[in-house]
Amino acid sequence: MWQFFHKLGSPKWFFGIANRLMPWLLWGGAALLFAGLIWGLAFAPQDYLQGNSYRIIFIHVPSAFLAQSVYIMMAVAAVVTLVWRMKLADVFVKSVAPVGAVLTFLALFTGAVWGKPTWGTWWIWDARLTSMLILLFLYFGVIALGAAISDEKSSARAVAVLVLVGVVNIPIIKYSVEWWNTLHQPATFKLTEKPSMPAEMWVPLLLSVLGLYLIFGWFACLRMQTEILIRERRTRWVKELVLAGRS
Amino acid sequence: MTSDTRAGWRPVTEAVGSVRAMKAVFLRDLKAAFRQRQDLLNPLLFFIMVVTLFPLGVSPEVSFLQQAGSGILWVAALLSVLLSLDHLFRHDYDDGTLEQLVLQPQPLFLLVLAKVAAHWVLTGLPLVLLAPVLGIMVHLDGNSIGVLCLTLLIGTPVLSLIGAIGAALTLGLRSAGVLLSLLIIPLYIPVLIFGTGTVAAAGDGAPVGGYVALMGAFLVLAVTLAPFASAAALRISLSNA
Amino acid sequence: MGAELNVHNAGVTPRCSRSGALMSEPLLQAVNLQCERDDRMLFRDLSFSILPGTLTRVEGPNGSGKTTLLRILAGLNDAWSGDLLWFGQPRSYQREEFVRNMLYIGHRPGIKPLLTPMENLRALMAGRKTVSDDLLGQALAGTGLAGFEDVPCRRLSAGQQRRVALARLLIADEPLWILDEVFTAIDIDGVAALETLLVQRARDGGAIVVTTHHDLQLPSMQRITLGAGDDF
Repeated sequence: MWQFFHKLGSPKWFFGIANRLMPWLLWGGAALLFAGLIWGLAFAPQDYLQGNSYRIIFIHVPSAFLAQSVYIMMAVAAVVTLVWRMKLADVFVKSVAPVGAVLTFLALFTGAVWGKPTWGTWWIWDARLTSMLILLFLYFGVIALGAAISDEKSSARAVAVLVLVGVVNIPIIKYSVEWWNTLHQPATFKLTEKPSMPAEMWVPLLLSVLGLYLIFGWFACLRMQTEILIRERRTRWVKELVLAGRS
Repeated sequence: MTSDTRAGWRPVTEAVGSVRAMKAVFLRDLKAAFRQRQDLLNPLLFFIMVVTLFPLGVSPEVSFLQQAGSGILWVAALLSVLLSLDHLFRHDYDDGTLEQLVLQPQPLFLLVLAKVAAHWVLTGLPLVLLAPVLGIMVHLDGNSIGVLCLTLLIGTPVLSLIGAIGAALTLGLRSAGVLLSLLIIPLYIPVLIFGTGTVAAAGDGAPVGGYVALMGAFLVLAVTLAPFASAAALRISLSNA
Repeated sequence: MGAELNVHNAGVTPRCSRSGALMSEPLLQAVNLQCERDDRMLFRDLSFSILPGTLTRVEGPNGSGKTTLLRILAGLNDAWSGDLLWFGQPRSYQREEFVRNMLYIGHRPGIKPLLTPMENLRALMAGRKTVSDDLLGQALAGTGLAGFEDVPCRRLSAGQQRRVALARLLIADEPLWILDEVFTAIDIDGVAALETLLVQRARDGGAIVVTTHHDLQLPSMQRITLGAGDDF
């Protein structure tokens, strides 16, 4: 177990593992996502209320889902950073924070696009959209703090503390935003809570969610590899790797 | 002088209690602050001025102010606390007092708690005391003003406690002020929502006991968790110095 | 200062062997210390012992990591690898006991400009031991600050402000002193007095680690020389 943990802390070891893992993640994810999207966008039945515009959930829901899980994953990595001081955990946090922010933005954007035909306006202070907006702020904070501290180790630990503080706050924020929402407007139509979704709708949705997770895994590996190369640029193995790649 | 010959490497056995050490930190901060009284006034002036902007910028109509008043006051108080946070550790960091604080034998989170308490007494508490005057100026009724002050009384310590984490994390960084706001504002949202929500409920004549209790729960949570995060952040920032 | 108390059974220091141990038992031991900062290796494989009754001087050109090493020894900087042992045990397990027995004065001496020397000294001692105001006054007088006790420190000169911090040394019980650039801004007389104090302290069994650009000529001084920092 400890051997494994120690290995996991080694960027070089991770680099190799990632190399082997990435094709599977990429092609598996692409296949699932492709299947899910084609099915969802072209073949799934129309919604009796919203017509075709509901189909944006096949993009909106996976990205919203993933945007939130990425923060949770970052929190787990933050614990690893603080407790075991594992470099790789910080590499993960720094690599995926921008991805999480982009996914959150995508969820907000698709939410807005969906809002136009549904509510007749681009933006509505709906509980979910507002929560996502605050999540985006949290991501921005993490990215900004990471960029502001030049020392690698300090930056790793400071960001880890911030991510943990954020993750403690997320449920509180979600809860209070929902409460605020009911206070100001009676709950009308919820974006994703459909009373019952036929299988023709949720199966492709599930496929796209899984697909996006795998694609995210691939992209995270790619970004982590890049980050590792930059951080370890002075080590021998990276120099050898780069030279081998050049020849 | 035989007793002194080996005095140098005798382990120190005297342990100063945490409460006494906290009191010393608290009193020192108060004393230093009262030597520079203008700095104490600034957040209050800021508070008043921000509130003034709303009637001027939006509408001086009584109906609007009555409806928006509690929100305006809360947002202004929040910004005012945010503005004052930069001072929380910065002076101590610059003059080296912070290093000595970290090297005290008492648990750092308790000493941080003492510092935050001093910060609240110097910024949060005056805001609460000033709120009724501004409440009258935005035409809040008596009951709402009372509830508003109560929510500020419970809420501003939470703002100080959470803000301390951000202040500790951004210590010693360039453009720390803006970064601090960026990190902390999202974390302030629940306090703001419940603070203004409680006053709104009071305005509607609804019972507010539950909401106030909930804000109390926020305070308890912040008191128990935030000092740990601030202490950890302080160590990290100092390590980088 | 009443050092012959029953230290053994005081409860706070469980290892009785300490006070009865040989003088040569190291207080602090560094084993293969390594520190890297902003992509630059400041030092590595640095091993040394801080013995009671010794004065250790950390030397090296600007930027060689003297201050960083002192901050690591004091427990302020965490960005290092290797082992630091306090009485033979990893220091990280006994943080409270370590800080209680160590006195650190850094570049920034911990003096609040708005407070008077008396208030500053009182605040600095408050978390460490109970000292009467008389004793504090004596300490301040001992560093040549008699008559300045109630003047806000911002009105004092840089040298006088440092003297406020150094007044702690006159009433300190801590066996280990870590002093970064102690002689900065101190005048000639002050330097001489401080040198005497350090020598006397070491003779009494205290351990002292200093960095200084001042030409310190003391017998039996341990030197730790840091390089200019090599890129690896």
